[in-house]
Amino acid sequence: MAIVSLREALNQAMDEEMARDERVFLMGEEVAQYNGAYKVSQGLLQKYGAKRILDTPIAEAGFAGVGIGAAMVGLRPIVEFMTWNFSLVAYDQLVNNAAKMYSMSGGHFHVPIVFRGPGGAAHNLAATHSQALESIYAHIAGLKVIAPSTQKDAKGLLKSAIRDENPVIFIESEVMYGEKGEIPEGEYTIPIGVGEVKKEGTDVTIVSWSKALQHFVMKSVPELERLGINAEIVDPRTIKPMDYDLIVDSVKKTNRLVVVEESYPFAGVGAQISHEISRRAFDYLDAPVERVTQEDVPLPYNSKLEKASLPNVEKIVRAVRKVMYMD
Amino acid sequence: MATKVLMPKLSDTMEEGTILKWVRKEGEKVKQGETIVEIESDKADMELEAYDSGVLRKILIPEGGKAPIGALIAVIGEANEDIAALLADAPSPQPAKKEEKKETTVPIPSQSAAPMSTAPQHAQPGDGKVKASPLAKRLAKEHSLSLGSIPGTGPQGRVVKRDIESALSGKMPVSRAAATIVPGTAQEVPLSPIRKTIAKRMTESKNTAPHFYVTVEIDMEPAMAFREQINNATDVKLSFTDIIIKASAAALMKHPMVNATYLGDKARQYHYVHIGVAVALEEGLVTPVVRNCEQKRIDQINHELRDLVERARNRKLKPDEYTGATFTISNLGMFGVEDFVAIINPPEGAILAVGSIVETPVVKDGAIVIGHTMKVTISADHRIIDGAVAARFLQDLKKFMESPAALTL
Repeated sequence: MAIVSLREALNQAMDEEMARDERVFLMGEEVAQYNGAYKVSQGLLQKYGAKRILDTPIAEAGFAGVGIGAAMVGLRPIVEFMTWNFSLVAYDQLVNNAAKMYSMSGGHFHVPIVFRGPGGAAHNLAATHSQALESIYAHIAGLKVIAPSTQKDAKGLLKSAIRDENPVIFIESEVMYGEKGEIPEGEYTIPIGVGEVKKEGTDVTIVSWSKALQHFVMKSVPELERLGINAEIVDPRTIKPMDYDLIVDSVKKTNRLVVVEESYPFAGVGAQISHEISRRAFDYLDAPVERVTQEDVPLPYNSKLEKASLPNVEKIVRAVRKVMYMD
Repeated sequence: MATKVLMPKLSDTMEEGTILKWVRKEGEKVKQGETIVEIESDKADMELEAYDSGVLRKILIPEGGKAPIGALIAVIGEANEDIAALLADAPSPQPAKKEEKKETTVPIPSQSAAPMSTAPQHAQPGDGKVKASPLAKRLAKEHSLSLGSIPGTGPQGRVVKRDIESALSGKMPVSRAAATIVPGTAQEVPLSPIRKTIAKRMTESKNTAPHFYVTVEIDMEPAMAFREQINNATDVKLSFTDIIIKASAAALMKHPMVNATYLGDKARQYHYVHIGVAVALEEGLVTPVVRNCEQKRIDQINHELRDLVERARNRKLKPDEYTGATFTISNLGMFGVEDFVAIINPPEGAILAVGSIVETPVVKDGAIVIGHTMKVTISADHRIIDGAVAARFLQDLKKFMESPAALTL
C-alpha cells in the first residue's frame, strides 16, 4: 500500500495508461507547461513530450470537439476541463457528438474519450464555479459518468475509463485533490459500474459518492453512532451505469435509505436511485426514501449561506432520524 | 470482582419487570442476601437480594423504569473498581417518564437503534385507511397479522417494522381502539403488567381452546346448614368458596379428564387437585392456588385460602403460590351475579363460574316452598372434555354440594 494524494493517484493513472498505450494523449487548458491548474498532470509534459500533452486555448467547445474527432479516428484522448463548470461551454459537443456518434453512425465510429476535471463546490467560488454536474451528464444517453470518493477508486476507475470504448465523464472533487489515502501497489483497475460498501452497517443505508461521501456522510458517522445508529455507507463510484444491485442488497438489510449528493434536488441522481429502490425493493422499505442535496438555489458566495446551502452533517442526521422514525 | 445484577425472571410469563424501589442507593454498601431492589413483575412484587457483597456501584434502570428479563439493571463491585466493561452491556432503558430518558446516560447498543420513545398513534380522524410501510405490510402478511389490529407508531399512525416486531413479541396488545376519537373525549391509560398478562393469556385461551359451557343449579340449603353448624360449633369461619373448593376437588377426583391439560396429541391428567381461586385486584386478576385440595380438610383449605387471599391483596404472593393450578374457581356471587361464564385459565382444561345464592321458590315434596339455590357454570376445553363428561362432573359436584357431610370423610 502506498499513501498518495488524489491528484497523485489521478496522475499515476494517466501516466500508466500513456505508457501502456501510445494512442492516449492529454489536452486542456494549462495541462502541459503549467503542469495543470491543479497539478494533476505534473511531470507528464516532461515525460511524454508536447505531442501527447497539449495546452489548448481557452475554448472548451473547440478542444472538446477536437478530442471527439481524434477519438473517432482511433486515438484515445483525455480532455481536461479546468473545472466541470467550464464544460457547459462545450455541452453541445459532449451531448450531441460524444454521446451520440456511435449510435448515429450506425456503429462505425466509437468515441473512446475521457473528459475529466474537478467538480462540486470548493469555497467562495460562487454560483457559476461551484456546480456538481453529475446528474446533468448522467441524464444523457450514451455517456458514462464516474465520481470517485477515494484515491484508490480514482486511480482504478480513471484507468478503466481511459480503456473504455465509449465517452466517459470523470468528475473529481476539487477540494479533495490534496487529500491522501491508500492505493494498492502495482497495476490495478476498478471496473466501471461496480459500487462498494464503504462502511458496513445494519440500521440505515446511506448512498453517496465523491466529496459528499467523504466530507459530509463520513463526518456524520460519529453523531449517528452517538444516537445508536449503525449506518451502512454505499458508494456507487460510477453514477452511470449505477450499481443498483448493491444498493438493493443493502436496503433489504436495513429497510431504510438516505441518498446524499451535492447536486440539486430536482431530477438529481438521488431521485433516480429513489425510484429504482422503490421499484426493486418496495416490500423491504420501512420508510420513504429521504434525500439530502444542495438547496434548490444558485450557490451563494457568502460563506455562511454557502455552508447552509450544501449538504452537511446536521441535514444528514435529520434525514436519517426521519427514516428511522426517531422524531 | 464486580458482578452484574440482572432483571430476574419472577414468573413463567414474565417478559419485563418494573423497578419499584431501589432499597439501596448508588454508592451504598450491600451485603450478600440483603434486599437491594423491589421489582414488579406481571404477577407480583418481589424483592431481589444481592448475590454478592460490595458497593452498589451503578444503577442502570431508575425507579419506575422497565427492563427485559436478563437485562443489566445494576452493578455491584468494589468501591474503586473499573466497571466500564460491565456497563458496556447495558440495555437501552425504558424509563417510566419521557423526561427521565434525557437524564439517563446509559450507552445505547447499536442493535437497539430502533427508537422506542414514540407512543402508538391511531390514524387521523376521518381517515379509515390503515397506513403501513411496505415492509410492515409484507411482514404482517408473512405472519398472518391483521394490520388494522396493530397500533402504528410512525407518522400519522403508520404501522412500521418495529410495530410488527412488538406485536410478534407480544409486547403490544394487538387490538385497536376506534380510529375516530375526538380529541379530549377519551384518555389512554397505560396497562399494568398484570393487565397485559391477562390480555395476552385470555386471548391465547379463547383463540386456542374451543370453549363450551354447562350450567347446573344447586340446592344450597344443605351447604348453608353445614356452614352454620361448623361456624357455630368451632372457631373456623367457613365460606361457601371453601365448600365449593372441597366439593370441586372431590368431583374432579372422580372425573380426571376435567382435571387435565390438553397437550396436542395427548392429555395430561393430574393425580392431585390444585385449585386456583380468582381474586380481583385493582390492577387485575390473580389466582392464588390451594394445593392438594383432594387431601385437605375444609378447615385447612379455609385457613390457607384466607392467608393466600390476604397476601394476594398485598401483592406479596410468591410465584409458586399463583402458578400450577389444575382447575380454577371464579366466584362473582358476592356481586349479586346469578350466573356467568368464565374463560379457561390455560393450561387448565376447565374453570368453574360460581353465581350468588338466590332465595327462590322451589318445589319440595309436591309443595312450593322458599328455598336457596346457586348456579355454577363450567367452561370446558372441548379438545379434551365432551359435554357429557362436563355434565357428569357437575352432577357429582351438585351431589357433594347438596351432601356436604360427605366432604368431611
